[in-house]
Order: sequence, then C-alpha cells, then structure tokens
Amino acid sequence: MICLRLFWEFFKTGLFSVGGGLATLPFLYGMGEKTGWFTTADVADMLAVSESTPGGIGVNMATYAGYTTAGVLGGVIATLGLVTPSIIVILLVAMVLDRFRKSAVVDRSFYLLRPVSTALIAAAGLSVFVLVLWNGGSEPLHWIRWEALLLMAGIWLLSNAVEFTKKLHPIVLIALSAVCGIVFSLGGT
Amino acid sequence: MLLLDMIWTFFKVGICTFGGGYAMLPVLQREVVEKKHWVTQEEILDYYAVGQCTPGIIAVNTATFVGYKHAGVLGGVLCSLGFVLPSLLIILSIAAVLQNFAHLAVVKNAFAGIRICVCVLILNSVVKLWKSAVKDKVTLCVFIAVFAVMVVGKYAFGISVSPVVFVLLAVLGGVVLNALGKETK
Repeated sequence: MICLRLFWEFFKTGLFSVGGGLATLPFLYGMGEKTGWFTTADVADMLAVSESTPGGIGVNMATYAGYTTAGVLGGVIATLGLVTPSIIVILLVAMVLDRFRKSAVVDRSFYLLRPVSTALIAAAGLSVFVLVLWNGGSEPLHWIRWEALLLMAGIWLLSNAVEFTKKLHPIVLIALSAVCGIVFSLGGT
Repeated sequence: MLLLDMIWTFFKVGICTFGGGYAMLPVLQREVVEKKHWVTQEEILDYYAVGQCTPGIIAVNTATFVGYKHAGVLGGVLCSLGFVLPSLLIILSIAAVLQNFAHLAVVKNAFAGIRICVCVLILNSVVKLWKSAVKDKVTLCVFIAVFAVMVVGKYAFGISVSPVVFVLLAVLGGVVLNALGKETK
C-alpha cells in the first residue's frame, strides 16, 4: 500500500514540478508535512546529498525520499513515479513539437508559472531557514542561532561576493560547512 | 544492441550530470550529437528548451526526447531509465550508509553544518530564478501572492496549500491571458 501511495505522490510531483533544479523541493516539503514520511531537516539533508552526487537533483531527491520512506524498493518506486509523467508528457509533446514550441498559450502559461515556481521554492526554502536559524524560547537574544547565521553569511559571501570562489561547485561549499559543523559541534552533541 | 547502447549512453550522461539538469547539456552534446550522431545540434537545443517548459525533471525530459527521436517510444523510455539508473545506485548506497551512521555525533554535527549551506544554495537558486521569472508588475504580484499564501498559511493558520493548486492556477491564467491577447515578455 505504501508503495502505491509513494508512486502516486511522486507521480504528482513529476507532473506538477516545472522548471528543473529545485522545482521538486516544495512538493517534497509538502509531502513530508502531509504524510509524516520525513521532516524539514530530512528534506534539507536530502537536498545536500543530491547536490553532491551525480544525477539530476530532482531524481536524486526522489530516490532518497523513497528510500527514507520504504527502503530500497521505495527508492526505486519513487523514482519511477517521478519520471513516468515526464515520459508520457514528452512522448505526447514530441508528436506536436513544432506547434508546442510556437504555442502562445504555452508561452503565456510559462510567463506565470516561472514566478509561481520561484515563490514556491522560496517558501519551502524559508522553512529550512527557520529550522536552521530559529531557537525560540523566552530570551530574545537567543531567538536566533548566531553561529549558524555567521556561517551562513560566510558561505553566502564565498558563493556570491568573492571573485575567486564564486564559481566553486556547491559540493565544495557543502563539504566546507560539514567540516565547520563538526569542528564547532553545530549539532549540539 | 542499439537499445542497450542507448541505456549505456544515458547512464554515462547521468553520471556526468553533477549538480542538476543544467550541467547535462555539454555532456549530452558530446555523447549524443558529436559521438553517436543520434540527433543534430539544433535538435538537442530544441529538446532542452522544450524540456524546460514541460513538467518534470529537465534532464529526464531531454533524455526522453532524444530516445524517442532515435528509436521511438521504447527508446524514449529506455533513455530515461538509463539516465536515472546512476542516481538509484549511488543514492541508495549513500542513503543506506548514512542511515547506519546517522546516530553518530560527528554525522549529526556535519549535517547541522550542511543544512546551513543548503539555505545559501536555495537562496542562490531563488535569486537566479527570480531574474528570469520576475520581469514586470504582473509577475512580481504573482510571486508575492504565492509566497504570502504559502508563508501566512503555514505560520499563521498552520495549513499548507498544495503547490499543485498554484501550478494549475498559473496554467489557467496563461489560457486567460492568451484569450485576452496580452503581450508577455
């Protein structure tokens, strides 16, 4: 039963996530909330592993999420669920490729889909920010995890502002922050 | 033999696609256009462009196109499967290993650090997407509206709206804009 459910959830993800890269992130995040299969922290970890390994990010995240939910078989089924709509849609589009490419409806839909997709990723991303930065509690000075904010600012500078490190592959930044996490015991253990 | 060759070729493309679909194009060009001559340079660019405006993973979409062009429906299916095979093998191995070591303090600390990096990666990705997505008042309003509904819904009312709703609304809006004949950029 869980396998059927997994297939269906990832089929929907494949069918409605548009734009590649992190487009599946809001769907995974929503899926975790709805089903309880994985947490926001799990999704963030899946994203990190997916960016650091070969293969499409969306495919990697599906495999990982499926495995977390139902083992090896779950990983396979989630991945197949994710790619099935792609295969069906592309085979259909391939038959009318020229008309699709020049279609004004497609153009105008994408004009709206792009900001929608960006906003969905931003909203899912905000949850990861809250998870990482927010302590809560009664002491305003301790609401925010300052050491996390500091490391975040550092990584942002490396990936945006420093000419020499701007072009670095994400895997380098991920490895660097893993080392920082271990050295400064960011997990609190 | 040809079908096996297609799976193997896209298996290689899958392994070389490091860090998402955008990384696949140069590898794909070398393997499928220059070495195998299955499709032309123009075709691959078309497929890649259309692959971005169809649902699903861009790389999988492009793989299906190439396979279909070269060997029909079965080709499309096999190329896609070839592309996801390395993901399955690699991610399943890593996930299995991580699960066994997840309780270790060193792994917990590493991932606490990594999550901080993930925030920055998402932020960078959103900034990049923003540049191609938010071009005028209409698209800005769409962004704000969707973001607000998601965030306010979650933190003020504890409800999460399915992303599917917004995707369907966007397509519907596209149809309406088309009927109105609105010019888009």
